[in-house]
Amino acid sequence: MFGYSMEDVGNIVVMQGFSGLSLFSVLLLMALGLAIIFGQMGVINMAHGEFMTVGAYTTVFLSKMAVEFDIVNSYFIFAIIAAFILAFFIGYFVEYALIRHLYKRPLDTLLATWGLSLVMQQIFRSTFGAKEVSAELPEWLLGSFKPTPDIDIPINGVFVMGLALIVTVGVYLFMFRSRGGLRIRATVQNRMMAGAVGINTQKVDRLTFALGCGIAGVAGAAFTTIASTGPTTGSLYIVDSFMVVVFGGAASLMGTIASAFGIAQAQSILQFFMTSSMGKVSTLMTIVIILMMRPEGLFASKVRK
Amino acid sequence: MTVFLNKYFGGKQGAINLAILAILLLVIFPLWLDLFRLGLIGKYVTYAFVAVSLVLLWGNGGILSLGQGMFFGLGGYCMAMFLKLEASDPISTKIQTTPGIPDFMDWNQLTEIPWFWLPFKSFPLTVFFVLAVPTFLAFIIGYAMFKRRVGGVYFAIITQAIALILSILIVGQQGYTGGVNGITDLKTLLGWDIRTDSAKYVLYFINASLLIGVIILSNYVLSSKFGMLLLAMRDKEERVRFSGYDVSSFKIFIFCFAAMISAIGGAMFTLQIGFMSPSFVGIVPSIEMVIFAAVGGRMSLIGAVYGALLVNFGKTMFSENFPELWLFLMGGLFIAVVMFFPDGLAGVYRDHAKNFNIADWLIARYTKFLKKDPNMLGDKV
Amino acid sequence: MSNIDKNQFVKKSMVLSALSLALSLPIYVDTSVAGDFPTAKVNTTGLSVTDDVVKVGILHSATGTMAISETGSIQAEKLAIAQINEAGGVLGRKIEVIQEDGASDWPTFAEKSKKLLENDKVAAVFGCWTSASRKAALPVFEKDNGLLFYPTFYEGLEQSKNVFYTGQEATQQILAGLDWIAKEKKAKTFYLIGSDYIWPRTSMKIARKHIEQHLGGTVVGEEYVALGDTQFGSVINKIKLEKPDVIYAAVVGGSNVAWFKQLNAAGLNAKKQNMLTISVTEDEVLGIGGENLEGFYSAMKYFQSLKNSNNDKFVAEFKKAYGEKAVIGDVTQAAYLGPWLWKAAVERAGSFDVDKAVAALPGYELTTAPEGYVKVDPNHHLLSKLRIGQWRKDGQADMVYESGLINPDPFPKGYQ
Repeated sequence: MFGYSMEDVGNIVVMQGFSGLSLFSVLLLMALGLAIIFGQMGVINMAHGEFMTVGAYTTVFLSKMAVEFDIVNSYFIFAIIAAFILAFFIGYFVEYALIRHLYKRPLDTLLATWGLSLVMQQIFRSTFGAKEVSAELPEWLLGSFKPTPDIDIPINGVFVMGLALIVTVGVYLFMFRSRGGLRIRATVQNRMMAGAVGINTQKVDRLTFALGCGIAGVAGAAFTTIASTGPTTGSLYIVDSFMVVVFGGAASLMGTIASAFGIAQAQSILQFFMTSSMGKVSTLMTIVIILMMRPEGLFASKVRK
Repeated sequence: MTVFLNKYFGGKQGAINLAILAILLLVIFPLWLDLFRLGLIGKYVTYAFVAVSLVLLWGNGGILSLGQGMFFGLGGYCMAMFLKLEASDPISTKIQTTPGIPDFMDWNQLTEIPWFWLPFKSFPLTVFFVLAVPTFLAFIIGYAMFKRRVGGVYFAIITQAIALILSILIVGQQGYTGGVNGITDLKTLLGWDIRTDSAKYVLYFINASLLIGVIILSNYVLSSKFGMLLLAMRDKEERVRFSGYDVSSFKIFIFCFAAMISAIGGAMFTLQIGFMSPSFVGIVPSIEMVIFAAVGGRMSLIGAVYGALLVNFGKTMFSENFPELWLFLMGGLFIAVVMFFPDGLAGVYRDHAKNFNIADWLIARYTKFLKKDPNMLGDKV
Repeated sequence: MSNIDKNQFVKKSMVLSALSLALSLPIYVDTSVAGDFPTAKVNTTGLSVTDDVVKVGILHSATGTMAISETGSIQAEKLAIAQINEAGGVLGRKIEVIQEDGASDWPTFAEKSKKLLENDKVAAVFGCWTSASRKAALPVFEKDNGLLFYPTFYEGLEQSKNVFYTGQEATQQILAGLDWIAKEKKAKTFYLIGSDYIWPRTSMKIARKHIEQHLGGTVVGEEYVALGDTQFGSVINKIKLEKPDVIYAAVVGGSNVAWFKQLNAAGLNAKKQNMLTISVTEDEVLGIGGENLEGFYSAMKYFQSLKNSNNDKFVAEFKKAYGEKAVIGDVTQAAYLGPWLWKAAVERAGSFDVDKAVAALPGYELTTAPEGYVKVDPNHHLLSKLRIGQWRKDGQADMVYESGLINPDPFPKGYQ
């Protein structure tokens, strides 16, 4: 087939399938936090990428500590948890100081969080310097897993995939199987009634926002294994995150998952058969055309207006 | 007279404010500033076109577009394509493999000018396209969105996504667009060297006059019945719809109109600065332009102009002296304006300065003095 | 009353005598150093040159996405200027720096160039990094007849009277490197990959021509990734399918980090795959991580680990100024050359006038450059050597090859 042996082609199909899935989990991790905040609260958090950067820098910082104390092989799990906690609390504070004053003006939250993202970028630059840094990764995250001598499955890809699965399942369980999730859903469906039956809707909002930011932190920590960490790293991710959320329809978790899967598969396949940049552009063009025909996204928005 | 004033200037006060702005732009700045600083003002004025368009669209229509930079950029690109073709005559490009085509095409192994560049050999067609291309794009986007009643935050992020895709397209298709470098090294307009000092003055005055014209035209639109409907739609869209008005068509119209105004700014930018870059098409400038309007006052056409001038002036000053602080300040400005001054400078002016009559104040002061009010003299006694 | 007058008189005379004392000192110095070069004579075009100070500009991005790369250049230029001032300045005048921030935004570079040239009347500007920023600023420099020293290795296809290019143009960086790896690794098949903009595209065009026409090899794939893209799964699979002898890479920015990390994770490390890159310097290694680069090759004119006395001194002083952990990449070194070359130009011309300085510089040989001997070509680029470094895990490179001096050729015949 085109001068390649059948075995080669078979191997590539396996690895290509994996890289599509891997891209899917990356996009999903990026977009989940944004989707929760937008879907549940109608707030667009333009500083989402910066919350991911918080997670990434937390990991880098802890990795330097880990090298000092010689615990490189085990720190990474703690780094992810620390990234979640730090981003969660920054998000909690931001909601308290900023977002809660603007619920009646959703367009203004968009501008205010954009301002926040500029401030956070400059804080990163002033604290960690303008240059990119890299986290010291544990041995078990490096290299590849080889089912046959010619098939390489990147371990960091598997790791990101597993993490995406855990986070998604965790979010699902939280939203649909816990009291907290019940309160969030109740507030979204009818804020007045929720308040009337004794739910502290302000607290619910704050927790939702903080949760979305925390997930962004986890994503940022995970991406230190596959990409770079610098003050403006967030701006590399924010774009893709937005695409996934807009295309999915922004309301439901299912929409986000479906849209991440669709975009990832399209991009991965197109990039294989075209040049990489053409593949990306073609994917984006397809998204725009579909959005023109169906502007509310794949899964129609049922957010409170 | 009053009808006339209301129709074109937004009332007597509006006429006075516009006159002050016109004198500032057309008399005071040219007399007071050197050509370099005046050139900067000229650049800011091109952004003011976008800020004015956002007042129409966002302040009065309630539609927040985060893609106005896209229309600004498209207008600028149309103008830049014309100027680039004029600058790429066979003699000055003889060093290239294929002389007579723009340099970046030659670097990307193109051997002839692509078809969509050909209309830009004609100046009248270029002027037409400067206005028509962004308007047409706005029409398609507006038609797709507003007919399906997409609005609010969702509209904002979709326009942003489209702006992003357009910028990726322009950067990616560098053989046709100049890529990340943009279209640079523009020299003459119909044989007139736009880089000379005299040309810079002429372009500045054309630019500033166009802005005044655009403000008058926008006032006319806002003072018409359509302007009233726009406000009504912003506040209670459903009621306007149930009253039998075709809300989506009105929204499409104002979106196209705003796109056209932004495009004029873009074309003037290209003429004054001498190049066009894809960095105007993306997300960042689009959002920055919203902040110009927000700082000036999202309801005030003239306020938006001051907003554009002030923010950019601040940006230039601060980045000359404290580049590290600039992002803090810019970010802080976003947050502060949104949280504390939702009506911007114009709001502050309205609340404090409008009721402030200097004559009354002086008279009050003087009578107090005549009465020898001890408080008047304070601790000097 | 009279007492007061008297006191004032005494005060006045004291001030006067102090003033004359203070004034006499600089006047004396002037006659000995700058006095040979009276301001009226060395500055006939209205630049900002006084009897003891000359102003120059530094124009790089201190903020925005490009700050990652440009910070090193700012540091190097400031270091060079400080050293020149310590050694007595230029024509007896101290250099004063006006630093402007391009903010990673190309129109801002044009605006700030204008400010430096028209408002501040600086005698020279050291700055710009990306081609886009240079292209935006270039018309300003040509119109106002300014003088720019541009440090980055770039795609060539340009030669301006107002610019000196202290980095390598494309052919200087590409041809010798390809020759070396083709011979050393007996490579026949090449896979070209770069970010999607003018520099990688032009470089790959030259590389492809050279591989096909001079090395008898084949290019089995040519790939461009969007700027800022961080997903390389599909690209890496394509490379695995083609199994090239050599990957020739020019990926930049945040993508570069993702590219190396994912390549390694996919099992393509230096043990299995030869790679020669023209976009990794010591600065990039910090972000990529030495373990992901170990064993791959970079083609540059300068590496921090270069062994010669100039470089030992340069590295020591750079670290003294910016800390032990500071690293020096190719462009940082090229930026360091800028102020020294300008000093030489002005001193050879005996004038700060741009036209005279520009005319005086070609033919100049700088023997104190950290990279070793360089010479300024009449086409405003530098003659320089190409070096191949193999990366170690600690982020430094082992030199494995050094070419002879290569002539710059910004418009290469047969490669366009």
